[in-house]
Amino acid sequence: MSEFLQQLINGLSLGAIFALIALGYTMVYGVLRFINFAHGDVFMIGAFIGFYVVPKLPASLQRPGFGEFATVMLVAMILCAALGMLIERLAYRPLRDRPKLIVLITAIGVSLFLEYSGQLIFGANPKYFPELIADQPIAELGTLSLTINQALVLSSTLLLLVALRFIVMNTKIGTAMRAVSNNPQAAALMGIHVSRVISFTFGIGSALAGAGGVLYAMNYPSIEPLMGIMPGLKAFVAAVLGGIGNLPGAALGGFVLGITETFVGASSASNYRDAIAFAILIAILLFKPSGILGKTEVEKV
Amino acid sequence: MRRVRHSVFALAAMLVLASDAAQDTIRIGEFASLTGKEASFGQYSHNGTTLAIEEINAHGGVLGKKIELIYEDDQSKSGQAATVVRKLISRDNVVAILGEVASSRSLEAAPICQAEKVPMISPASTNPEVTEKGDYIFRACFTDAFQGKLLAEFATKTLKAKKVAVLKDVKSDYSVGLARNFISSFKTAGGEIISERDFSGGDKDFRAQLTTIRAANPEAVFVPAYYTDVGLIIRQARQLGIKVPMFGGDGWESANLAQIAGSGIEGAYFSTHFSPEAARHEVREFVKNFKAKYGFPPDAMAALGYDSALILADAIKRAGSTDRQKLRDAIATTKDFTAVTGIITLDPSRNASKSAVILQIKDGKFTYLETIHP
Repeated sequence: MSEFLQQLINGLSLGAIFALIALGYTMVYGVLRFINFAHGDVFMIGAFIGFYVVPKLPASLQRPGFGEFATVMLVAMILCAALGMLIERLAYRPLRDRPKLIVLITAIGVSLFLEYSGQLIFGANPKYFPELIADQPIAELGTLSLTINQALVLSSTLLLLVALRFIVMNTKIGTAMRAVSNNPQAAALMGIHVSRVISFTFGIGSALAGAGGVLYAMNYPSIEPLMGIMPGLKAFVAAVLGGIGNLPGAALGGFVLGITETFVGASSASNYRDAIAFAILIAILLFKPSGILGKTEVEKV
Repeated sequence: MRRVRHSVFALAAMLVLASDAAQDTIRIGEFASLTGKEASFGQYSHNGTTLAIEEINAHGGVLGKKIELIYEDDQSKSGQAATVVRKLISRDNVVAILGEVASSRSLEAAPICQAEKVPMISPASTNPEVTEKGDYIFRACFTDAFQGKLLAEFATKTLKAKKVAVLKDVKSDYSVGLARNFISSFKTAGGEIISERDFSGGDKDFRAQLTTIRAANPEAVFVPAYYTDVGLIIRQARQLGIKVPMFGGDGWESANLAQIAGSGIEGAYFSTHFSPEAARHEVREFVKNFKAKYGFPPDAMAALGYDSALILADAIKRAGSTDRQKLRDAIATTKDFTAVTGIITLDPSRNASKSAVILQIKDGKFTYLETIHP
């Protein structure tokens, strides 16, 4: 029983990271109906920003603790938001009125550009991510172990989910986002600055990726420029699983995927762990393409 | 326009000169994982090889010619090794090839070298299959048949463990092969494998497998994998409260290991080819020269990279030519050759039969524990 509970904790903390990245995918998809494949690489940049910011912090903050963690998170989120907006401005905006396929292929190009520029700038060797918060088990009930970092990932994910939901549902910019999502032309006619809304969406999505990168690197402190590929793909599966475009769906998908992967990894079929994630993607696309929480949409032809 | 023509002439002249110069040197190719996941392996072995060739050239080279090392980076990626080795053979026309550390990538290059009849010496690939690819493929190290056996002996005799759990990387030929050899020897010695789990190299989360291993309650955990993965595995194992000894093979050998693993690595053991603490004259000389050139101490991969170049240079001397067929025959008859990692004799299956050392991690440093002879 305690083994089962421990695996559940493992699964939730892994799923929380998938969920965090999936939220960014789903945000952009919700507004633009387009998968930003460079999202996983913005996540990688987030981790590297953390890596390079730590030694630059004032001495008073250079001690493992909550202050250092919060500062690094904030810097990574702001810089990633800026990067996301820049990518949108340079790569996607000029193609906004072109077919979606062209933008999708551009996204793959941006993704490769970030990965290999990363290898050039940061070097291809794995780097050790410094300890921001002394990573000790906080709760040890019998044999159950939950580390501070795992708890931080879980709480950050839930907090950001609530904050996002608030922004989308209860603020002016959120209403504008929903309007653009619903019908960009009509939204423009109503006086909504569509480009600004899209730019904002990219900023928020990329900030989430940046936060995810820092949290991921704290949990798994070996970072390299290609580290975003696998979590990016898994988060994409999570977003589709939960119903792409749907915020609680992305979080739910992340947790379901994390728990499934953990239980497969624990079983004697542990070498099929990655295969399961993609088998889920295929199954979802075959049987319920709209995902767990997604609504079926009638597409006008 | 005239300027363009001038520079074309200059370029052509340079090419002529370069090809003339090429005939005065003996070209050796090397492929190594200089970047990527196993960068530490490639960088150290490459540093060792470079040092050996500089020393040989400083003593007048071989056959009255200097050795020219042409090296390529395979980025720790499968697929890339084959590409760079083909390039070394067809474009650079090297007489022989040195490389790699990781068995999967040596296994990729070996069939190419065999087909082109270019002798290849792997410094540190321990998977037995590497040299089984053909009679042009050699290695400067022991194989996992030996390493698996000695680790099984170490687990039963030194650790006094009867129940061991194994966590291996299914993507790496090295890991799968070493696990298989260990398990069969350990069972023969009367031990029991109570849990065997897989991961895939590059994974970051091992908590699922480790929780299952913890529930099986082993007396020791065997992790035959490479240092980047091992570091994260040990970190997460200690967080989950696995307190039993953890041990592995020469894939642990990297200065980066302790950094990634954190304090949880203290007391862990691994087997490898060489300890810089050994008192032999060759080792002391090598450690001194390596430190003087690079500013940091060598590890086993550096020593093997150095030795593989020495074996090759010695064979070129004995062959008296750079004819690949003659060179192959000379390498095959390497006998009682004094090198840094021991006295090397290549057996009929083209493997070096040498002793191994067990190191323990104390205060973040690799400390010599014992030597095991074949």
